[in-house]
Amino acid sequence: MSTAHTEPIPNPLQRQSGFAASAALEAEVDELVTHYPVKRAAALMVLHAIQEQFGWISQEAVEWTARKLELQPINVYELVTFYPMLRQQPMGKYQIKVCRTLSCALGGGCELHQYFCEKLGLNAHAHGPQTTKDGKFTVEFVECLAGCGTAPVMMCNDAFYEGVSHKKADEILGGCQ
Amino acid sequence: MSNTATTETKPAAPAIEKIKVKVDGRELEVPKLMPDWQGKLVPTTMIQACELAKTDVPHYCYHPKLPVAGNCRMCLVEFGTPALGPDRKPVINPDGTPKIAKSPRPAIACATPISPGMEIYTQTPGVKQMREGVLEFLLINHPLDCPICDQAGECKLQEYSVDYGQSASRFVEPKVHKPKAVDLGPRIVLDDERCILCTRCIRFTKDIAGDDALGIVNRGSYNTLTAYPGKVFDNNYTLNTVDICPVGALTSKDFRFQMRVWFLKETKSICTSCATGCNIIVGSREEKVYRYTPRENDAVNACWMCDHGRLNYKWIGRADRLAEVRRQTSEGRSEKTTWTVALNEIAEKLKKAPHGSVAIVASARQTNEEFWLLKKLADKFGALTDSIGYFGEGDKLLLNVDRTPNRTGARLIGICQANVGIKMMVIADSIKVGKVKTLIVFGEDVTKSSLDAELLGKLDTLIVSDILPNETTKRAHYLLPGCAHVEKRGTFTNIKGRVQKFMKAVEAPGDARPEWEFLHDLVYNVTGQDGFLTIEGLFNEMAKDVPAFNGLTWAGLGDTGVTVPT
Repeated sequence: MSTAHTEPIPNPLQRQSGFAASAALEAEVDELVTHYPVKRAAALMVLHAIQEQFGWISQEAVEWTARKLELQPINVYELVTFYPMLRQQPMGKYQIKVCRTLSCALGGGCELHQYFCEKLGLNAHAHGPQTTKDGKFTVEFVECLAGCGTAPVMMCNDAFYEGVSHKKADEILGGCQ
Repeated sequence: MSNTATTETKPAAPAIEKIKVKVDGRELEVPKLMPDWQGKLVPTTMIQACELAKTDVPHYCYHPKLPVAGNCRMCLVEFGTPALGPDRKPVINPDGTPKIAKSPRPAIACATPISPGMEIYTQTPGVKQMREGVLEFLLINHPLDCPICDQAGECKLQEYSVDYGQSASRFVEPKVHKPKAVDLGPRIVLDDERCILCTRCIRFTKDIAGDDALGIVNRGSYNTLTAYPGKVFDNNYTLNTVDICPVGALTSKDFRFQMRVWFLKETKSICTSCATGCNIIVGSREEKVYRYTPRENDAVNACWMCDHGRLNYKWIGRADRLAEVRRQTSEGRSEKTTWTVALNEIAEKLKKAPHGSVAIVASARQTNEEFWLLKKLADKFGALTDSIGYFGEGDKLLLNVDRTPNRTGARLIGICQANVGIKMMVIADSIKVGKVKTLIVFGEDVTKSSLDAELLGKLDTLIVSDILPNETTKRAHYLLPGCAHVEKRGTFTNIKGRVQKFMKAVEAPGDARPEWEFLHDLVYNVTGQDGFLTIEGLFNEMAKDVPAFNGLTWAGLGDTGVTVPT
């Protein structure tokens, strides 16, 4: 046997102590599974349901989903790491998503993102979503939000905003309580 | 089952319609349907047609024994099909040949079925460019660590780089870095930077080994092969993923950094760890065995072998191997002697032995030829013969419950019964009552069976041949050092009756000789039967003599063996 240095299998998944699916979530998932010819096909919808309840998907959630759908955890782990909008860590209460696709990039999307980051004390140049220390805000770039004529556009949670000036950005932040 | 030996294990399939295709301008007829990875007949693919045309199509993810994934794009080829006019009839060229409508796009040869009249082009400038393009992308993040990579020398990426690679990379951006030495399981280390994401290992372990353990996580250039964190990649077939990995991503902990593959001598052999008899290649250098790898034989093991068998070779090179012929003097002292002295003395003693006073315990790890020679001795003396069975847990794929390679051969030749070991008690009783005075033991520690040390002490003559020391060899009056299967030639008969031959890879230590050689001398000395100084002659003579093997010849066995009725 070789004694060369090896490393364990990397684990980017975070733990969530006390993860427990509520009866309502169990019922929702059981119902979701009935929509599909095979249980595995429900995987994405089940992950959405979990994220809806907890805001993110933990290692415990991955393993719970695998058990529920009679899969190996690796099958769910693959999905969770493939889709950036399946969150692998807790996000802020308000998630600010700034579009950076072509029209918005030309129309000031990057400046808008930077404005939010500076205002909230975040690093505008870091990769991926940035969350404030108090857990209130998450700021990130997203791809096209389909409002190219009114760039720059953004979303705050599920609300869609067009032609967002810095003044309008202040108003949006002010509305987040 | 018929009484004649066959090379096929299944009845002949019904005739399959043939269709004409052209590969690089050469017309050939190929079957319309061919077996897929499960052996099910499905429409023939371009890559299968090209293989029949002896045209090599480079590929990474395609493997004939795995489901088709079609993700590496290396097997892209150009093709055309007969053009149809507005009347849906083939358009004919002025010279009478059908007009071929060349497809505007290439197709992956591994997943595109052929159609009648199809023309496949594998050597066009376009195909060459595509291969160069695919390869350039594969090499974008690939490290340049060939000098320390275990796959070097048997790496598809290296081979195709020679054919289609560029001498300098055009990629100026920083490479994506990934985990370098992930401990996937007890036998596997993964270098994610070398991985080209062909998913062969994922498909093998999921669909062949039945352990859905591997997957690809993250996205785009961050794609990473992994097992689930905290889980261990540990089924009995993990090392096959190392074989099928086209690059050096998956490496065997046992073999990595041990030997450059181009130094290994490759010898066709048979795995001896169970009765399945997987065909293997023994990799050896300077009389040392470094690894076993599976050798394709669709009648036995397809392209796979189990980890249990693959790693069971360390005993061959053990330092305490028996390497001296030894005899016990009249004072009970053990001394070194020569083959001539020992064999002559044994022959003299055996000639004087009364009928029925000899017993033989053979090992089910011996070859058919050795059993036959032992049977000759047994017949001469009316000797009781038997062997000892070793059984363990089997699995659904390859590992058999019978952990000996040749119990079937021992039974067919008449050394043991279907119920192996049933006569061991009779032998023990015969020794106890003093009927059996001479015991010949091959490759077994009989003190672990019904013949304990006290019983062995009652014998006048105990002749033992083995390769490693044990309690029985310690008590031998004559100790004859034998050979491991990789040190001699011979044949085994597997559990399904397939007679398969194996070749010599390394030299035996010291004075050790192949058992069939000295058994042949002994049989000649005792019975006067002469003749077969080569293993070929011996096998052919045995095949004439043993009804189950009638019609077989050494040459006729080929590399993959012949199945006989059992």
